[in-house]
Amino acid sequence: MKSLTVRGWVTLGVLVALALLPVFVSVTGREFFLVLATRLVILAIAAVSLNLILGYGRMISFGHAAYLGIGAYAVGIPAYYEIYNGFIQIGIAIGVSVAFAFLTGLVCLRTRGVNFIMITMAFSMMVFFAFVSIEEYGGDDGLVIEVRSEFGRWLNLENDTVLYYVCFVSLLGVLYLIRRIVHSRFGMVIQGARGNEGRMQSLGFDTFRYRLVCYVIAGALCGYAGALLGNFTSFISPEMMDWTRSGELIFMVVLGGTSSLFGPVLGAGLFILLEEILSGFWLYWQLIFGIFLILVVLFAKGGIDSWLGRNPER
Amino acid sequence: MDWTLLTVQLLNGLQLGILLFLLASGLTLIFGIMDFVNLAHGSLYMVGAFFCATLTQWLDSFWLGLLLALPATAVVGILVELVVVRHLYERDHLDHVLATFGLILVFDTLTQMIWGPDGQVIPLPAWLDGQVSLGGAIEVPTYRVAIILTGLAVAFGLFILVTRTRLGMQIRAGASNRKMVSALGVNIGLLFSIVFVIGAVLAGLAGMMIAPITEASIGMGNQIIIVAFVVIVIGGIGSIKGAFIAAILVGLIDTMGRSYLDALFKMFMSAQNAETSAPAVSAMLIYILMAVILAVRPSGLFGPRGH
Amino acid sequence: MGESVILSIKDLYKSFGGVVATNGLSLDVLEREVHAVIGPNGAGKTTLVSQVTGVVLPDAGQIVFRDRDITRMPAYRRPHLGMARSFQITSIIQDMTVLENVVLAVQAKAGHSYRFWEPAIADDQLTEPAMRALTQVGLEPEAMQIAGPLSHGEHRQLELAMVLATDPELVFLDEPTAGMGREDSARMVSMLESLKGSRTVILVEHDMDAVFALADRITVMVEGRAIATGTPDVIRADRSVREAYLGEDMNTAIE
Repeated sequence: MKSLTVRGWVTLGVLVALALLPVFVSVTGREFFLVLATRLVILAIAAVSLNLILGYGRMISFGHAAYLGIGAYAVGIPAYYEIYNGFIQIGIAIGVSVAFAFLTGLVCLRTRGVNFIMITMAFSMMVFFAFVSIEEYGGDDGLVIEVRSEFGRWLNLENDTVLYYVCFVSLLGVLYLIRRIVHSRFGMVIQGARGNEGRMQSLGFDTFRYRLVCYVIAGALCGYAGALLGNFTSFISPEMMDWTRSGELIFMVVLGGTSSLFGPVLGAGLFILLEEILSGFWLYWQLIFGIFLILVVLFAKGGIDSWLGRNPER
Repeated sequence: MDWTLLTVQLLNGLQLGILLFLLASGLTLIFGIMDFVNLAHGSLYMVGAFFCATLTQWLDSFWLGLLLALPATAVVGILVELVVVRHLYERDHLDHVLATFGLILVFDTLTQMIWGPDGQVIPLPAWLDGQVSLGGAIEVPTYRVAIILTGLAVAFGLFILVTRTRLGMQIRAGASNRKMVSALGVNIGLLFSIVFVIGAVLAGLAGMMIAPITEASIGMGNQIIIVAFVVIVIGGIGSIKGAFIAAILVGLIDTMGRSYLDALFKMFMSAQNAETSAPAVSAMLIYILMAVILAVRPSGLFGPRGH
Repeated sequence: MGESVILSIKDLYKSFGGVVATNGLSLDVLEREVHAVIGPNGAGKTTLVSQVTGVVLPDAGQIVFRDRDITRMPAYRRPHLGMARSFQITSIIQDMTVLENVVLAVQAKAGHSYRFWEPAIADDQLTEPAMRALTQVGLEPEAMQIAGPLSHGEHRQLELAMVLATDPELVFLDEPTAGMGREDSARMVSMLESLKGSRTVILVEHDMDAVFALADRITVMVEGRAIATGTPDVIRADRSVREAYLGEDMNTAIE
C-alpha cells in the first residue's frame, strides 16, 4: 500500500470511525452518538453535493438547503397520505429536486457574482414560504411522520442502526460518484469554467449548459440527502430550507476546504461537533460560533484543507 | 368593491415598498460600489429597531428615540465596517457571505443577551396612532401615511445627495470605476466607509419605522433581507432608481397579491382549491416576478448593461 | 496567390457607449495565408478579433466564414467550424496542469463532454493529440506541471499549443509575442513559420520583425478602419500608411 499523507490518514481514520460507530454505541449503550453520527453523515452528503458546484464549479449557491427540504417533504407528504414505499419517495425526492434545479438554474445561471448568490437564496426562500403557506402539510408547524420509508422486508429503516448504515453507505457512494464526475470530461469542463468563462467559450464549450447539468446533479444528490433526513428526523418543517441552513452548509464546505473531495465531510463533522459542544455550554453559544466563523474567514482561508497540507489530487 | 379595503391595502403596499427601498438602497450601493455582499444588512435593520425601542422607553418620546437611534445605528455601522468589512473588500464573494453570516449570528445573540428573547414594543404618540381621512369616507391609519411620507422624503434626499453633491458624484464614479476614482486622489477607504454607514443608517431607519407596527424582535432582519435582495436583483445592482421602482413594485405586488389572489382564483377555480392554493402562490409571487424579469433582463431593470 | 477567400468581413461597425471601435471595416482573408493586422494602439484590432470570434457582437456589418454568415453566431459555436484563437492576455487555466489545459482544447472539439465516468486524463484519444501539440510548441517536458507558476514565455507557448491541438483551419493569434524578450520572440516566430501554408493565420501584432517575417499580406488599421491591405512590399511603399501610422515601429522596420 502506498504510504499515506496526513490527509490520507485523517480521511481513513474518519471513515473507519464512522463505519465502526454502531459497534461502539452498542457496547457503551450511548444511543446519543448514533443520533449525532446519523445527522453528521446526512449533512456530509449535502455538503459534498454542494461542494460539487461551490468548490469545483465556483457557483456560490445560497439556496442549497432547499433540496434538503424538498427531499424531506418528498418522504413526508406521501407518508401523510400513507404511501410509505421508499422507492417512490426517493423517486419523488430526486425527481422534484431535478425539476427545481433545472428551472431555477435556467434563470440563475445566466447571472453572475452577487446576483447569483441572491437569486439562489431567493428561490430557496420561495420554496420555504410556499410550504409555510400550505396548511394541509402543517405549514409553519411542520409535518410528523410515523413510519419511515419502506424498502421491502430486507431493509428495515425503523431500526436506527440500519438507517445509519444506509446513510453511511450512501455517503460512500456519493463520494465515489463525485470523484468520478470530477475527473471525467464533464468535470474537466466544470473546473475549467471556474474562472475562465471566456477561455472555455473560445475553446468551444457552451459553459451555461455544462453548469446547468452540474447544478442539477448537485441538487439531485442533495434531494436524496433530504429524503434520508426526513426519515431520520421524522419531523419535517420548512425550517429545513431556511436560507440560514444554506449558510450553514456553505460554512461546512468552507471549513473543510473547498478544493478536496473529502473536505466537506470533515467540515460537516467539525461543524456538528462544535455545535453540540458549544450548545451544551452556553445558551448564547451562537455568539462564539459567529465569531469563530468570522475569524476563520479572516485568517484561515483554505479551511481544514490547508491545515492538512496541500491536496495532491484535485 | 370595498374601497376602504382597497385603499388601505394599496397604502400598505406602498408602505412596504418604501421600507424595502430604504433597506435596498443602501444595500445596492454597497453591492455596486464596493462589490461587497452584505448579508448582515438585516441585522442593522434590527439594531435600529431595538435602539429606537429602548431610547423611546427611556426618553418617553418616540421622536427623540428615533432621532437618537439614528446616530447610534451609525456608530454600529462604523464599528462593523472597521472591524470586519474593511478587510474583506479584496476577497471574493464567498468570504463576504460567510463573514457577514457570522455577523448575523453575533448580532442576533448579542441582541438576545442584552434585550432578552422577547420583542420590544414601541408605543406611538397619540397623534400618530390614530386615523386620518383621505377624502370621503376612507380612513387610513395615520402612521402608515407618516411612514410613506418620511420614506419619500428620505428617497428625495438620497436622490439629491447622489445627483447634486460632490460626495454623490464620487459615489457614482466609484460605482463605475473604483481604480480611476482612487487614482484621482479620492480617499477610497473613506468613501467606502461613508457608503457603508449611509446604508446602515437607512437600514436602521427602516427598522425603526416598522417596529411600532411589528415590534422589534430578534432575527427580524433575516426574513426581510431576502425581499430586499429580490428588490435589488429586479432593480439592478448599483441603481438607486432601480431599487426605488423595484421596491414599490414588489411592495404592491406582494401586498395586493396576498389580499386579492384568492378572490382572483375563485373566478376560475372552486372556492376550496382557491383557498388552499392562493396563500402558497401569493407567497411565491415576488419570486416569480423576479424570475420573469431576469429571464428577460439578466442584470435587472436598471443594472449594468451587458455581461 | 490564387487562393479563395476564407473569411470575409464587410462594413463592420461597433461602438461602445460613445466610442466607435470599429468604423466600417472591410477585409478579406485568403485561404492558407498569414494575414497580419497592424495599427497603432486604439485602432480597434482586438475589437476586430473579438467580433470575429463572437465575444462581442457587431452593431452592423457582416462576417462570413466559408460562405457561412457567422455575424451573430454565439462564441462557443465558432470553434466547431474550425476557428481557434489565442489571447493577448494569457488566459490559460492556472490551476490545471499544462497537459490538462491542452486536453480541454482537444476535448472541446471531440464532440460533447457529457461523459461523467471515465477519467479524462486517462483517455488516449485526448492525451495523444494533446501531447503532439505540446511537442510541436516545445512544452512536452512541462506537461505534468501546474500551468500557473510557469514563465510568461511558457504560458504563450501553452496558448499556442491549445490553439494547435484542435487542428483548426483558421487561427487568430492576438499578439502572440506580447511581453516576450528577444529570444522567446524569435522562438515563437520560428514556430509560427512552421504553420505557414498548412492553415490560415490572422496575426495581430505590434512586433514588426515578426510581422514582416511571417506575413503574406498585411492590413493596416487606423481608427477602426482598414486603410491599406497588401503584401509587405506594397504596404512598405504605401504613403497613406506612412502618413497615418505615426508609430516609430513602422518607420524603423522600413529603414
